[in-house]
Amino acid sequence: MEKFIRHEGLVVPLDRANVDTDAIIPKQFLKSIKRSGFGPNAFDEWRYMDHGEPGMDNSRRVRNPNFVLNQERYQGASILLARANFGCGSSREHAPWALQDFGFRAILAESFADIFFNNCFKIGLLPIVLPKAELDALFGLTEHTPGYRLTVDLPGQRVIRPDGHAIGFAVDAFRKECLLNGWDDIGLTLRHEEKIRAFEARRRVEQPWLFV
Amino acid sequence: MGCAIIARFEAAAEIMSKTLYDKLWESHVVHTEEDGTALLYIDRHLVHEVTSPQAFEGLRLAGRKPWRVSSIVATADHNTPTTHWERGIEDPVARQQIETLNANIREVGALAFFPFKDKRQGIVHVIGPENGATLPGMTVVCGDSHTSTHGAFACLAHGIGTSEVEHVLATQCLLQKKSKTLLVRVEGKVGAGVTAKDIALALIGKIGTAGGTGYAIEFGGAAIRALSMEGRMTVCNMAIEAGARVGFVAVDETTIAYLRGRPFSPKGDVWDKAVAYWRTLVSDEDAKFDAVVELDARQIIPQVTWGTSPEMVTGIDGMVPAPEDFSDPVKREGVARALAYMGLTPRTPIQQIKVDKVFIGSCTNSRIEDLRAAAAVARGRHIATNVKLALVVPGSGLVKQQAEDEGLDKVFLAAGFEWRQPGCSMCLAMNDDRLSPGERCASTSNRNFEGRQGAGGRTHLLSPAMAAAAAIAGHFVDVRELL
Repeated sequence: MEKFIRHEGLVVPLDRANVDTDAIIPKQFLKSIKRSGFGPNAFDEWRYMDHGEPGMDNSRRVRNPNFVLNQERYQGASILLARANFGCGSSREHAPWALQDFGFRAILAESFADIFFNNCFKIGLLPIVLPKAELDALFGLTEHTPGYRLTVDLPGQRVIRPDGHAIGFAVDAFRKECLLNGWDDIGLTLRHEEKIRAFEARRRVEQPWLFV
Repeated sequence: MGCAIIARFEAAAEIMSKTLYDKLWESHVVHTEEDGTALLYIDRHLVHEVTSPQAFEGLRLAGRKPWRVSSIVATADHNTPTTHWERGIEDPVARQQIETLNANIREVGALAFFPFKDKRQGIVHVIGPENGATLPGMTVVCGDSHTSTHGAFACLAHGIGTSEVEHVLATQCLLQKKSKTLLVRVEGKVGAGVTAKDIALALIGKIGTAGGTGYAIEFGGAAIRALSMEGRMTVCNMAIEAGARVGFVAVDETTIAYLRGRPFSPKGDVWDKAVAYWRTLVSDEDAKFDAVVELDARQIIPQVTWGTSPEMVTGIDGMVPAPEDFSDPVKREGVARALAYMGLTPRTPIQQIKVDKVFIGSCTNSRIEDLRAAAAVARGRHIATNVKLALVVPGSGLVKQQAEDEGLDKVFLAAGFEWRQPGCSMCLAMNDDRLSPGERCASTSNRNFEGRQGAGGRTHLLSPAMAAAAAIAGHFVDVRELL
């Protein structure tokens, strides 16, 4: 997994609540058996004027000029500013894959759907929950300040504005440690291999019907 | 002195009483990190073609082997066609994904695999329970958010992402933090024509699609107890639409009766032992929940969604709202956008909205009881002339067989519906079953998101009986008037 320590980047505001995973990466792209290459189809239905299908040359498709991610001033953005319940819907990890492949390193929102939130940590894309008042201010600042950038400081658990204002955020200690080190969950879990085997052996005796 | 003893006794009683969630959680913890992140042992791993290929590939690249293949039950469902099975899978990208699943399962093995065209193939959340592969007290995972469905059997059932699929394959464990608990108590008795789907939609209308975020939902109360296992699966299925990753119902006689004699249910002495354990899978009487939501079943009428989020829902006697009804600016904007997408005008009575297509199916509502309810409405009637397509897609080969044994297929066909092969179909429209831009669909599925059933398609969620009624009338109608 990609490490996350500190990231400074351009911010793009996506000012709508309940952005679901079908919107982030439509179903036709889930037929891929790969983990990469979803970026060009992130937000496909909002981003392009035509209907997208796998295998199309996305560079030739007409973009929707009204969609915020297409606006010139936000090109190269790596921090996504979002509203409540971001990532609701399906468990498709293709959604965080698409956002990461697009170039995002962090998402700031009022709240996230549980599964999406969890999936982000698995790939080193940092979802950050911020208070609504702070987000409202960030939406205003981003929209009114061309080239608005933020710094996300994971060790200090702060989002730092260019004016020096720092907004604290919470993150589970275990997840933080994994992100800071880029650790692979599976490798970590397998340190407890003996414990898992002992648990399983006990379970096999106590609830044999689970082991047909 | 006396007071101190009472206080101590109360403290002890509080420690003793547990919610069902506590019991399910504690019985699966292998290890806990300092911050409370736990390693939960996983009993059942359901696998389908869309979210597993990258996980199997990851495992191979790391040189790892699956921990316990007998925990795996696999099927192909999301991508499979529902017509012309003799032609195979014509979409080459879908075919590759399904062939990849076949190859992966062939390589590693599984307790059971129901590949494309198998007579027991079907939607992963239908085949687990009907084969007895979902048993009370299990932890169940699947790379699909509607895994919450299995909570109907007092399981701790999590939808997971592909990295987690790989993690479970490699370690038989899932890293999880304990959720808060929410008791949704539905007291009273629903009226005729009001179903589990209406309970679920009414709940989401009340608490919102993020209302259950961070919670594990236990569904209880007389109206839940009165539901069949099929109905409970519908309610638990929609827990994720209320924001909760898991939703469940305590074990009772209905649970046990359903499981008796299923292919993977325990037999003989082991059955008795299992049942004795399963009966403990209830919340203790004085257990404390972090939050409680109450619904009165008598107040719930058939529900229909009007927007692009399941929380945008109203009763069949309702109207499409106006953006200005909402004070929160983000919400107002969301409603305006939803109405524009849905092509709806504020204050339109729901019953005046015409439909182009009808979809009866999905992991929410494709079980035998759902098909019976829809057939009861369709029997002796015919779909309206403005309805271009009315699809009935059974949840599995076994459901299809049973429905045909009961003659339901004939009822649907006579009424002008199409009777299809099992699969996820138009719930998420990965195969050819989909809406064209601007088409409006009465759908028994679970999500009315933009583009969910096809780019530009407009989805209204409702129960199977209500969907059948809409097909007959050509617009939304109160099914209670047709019963």
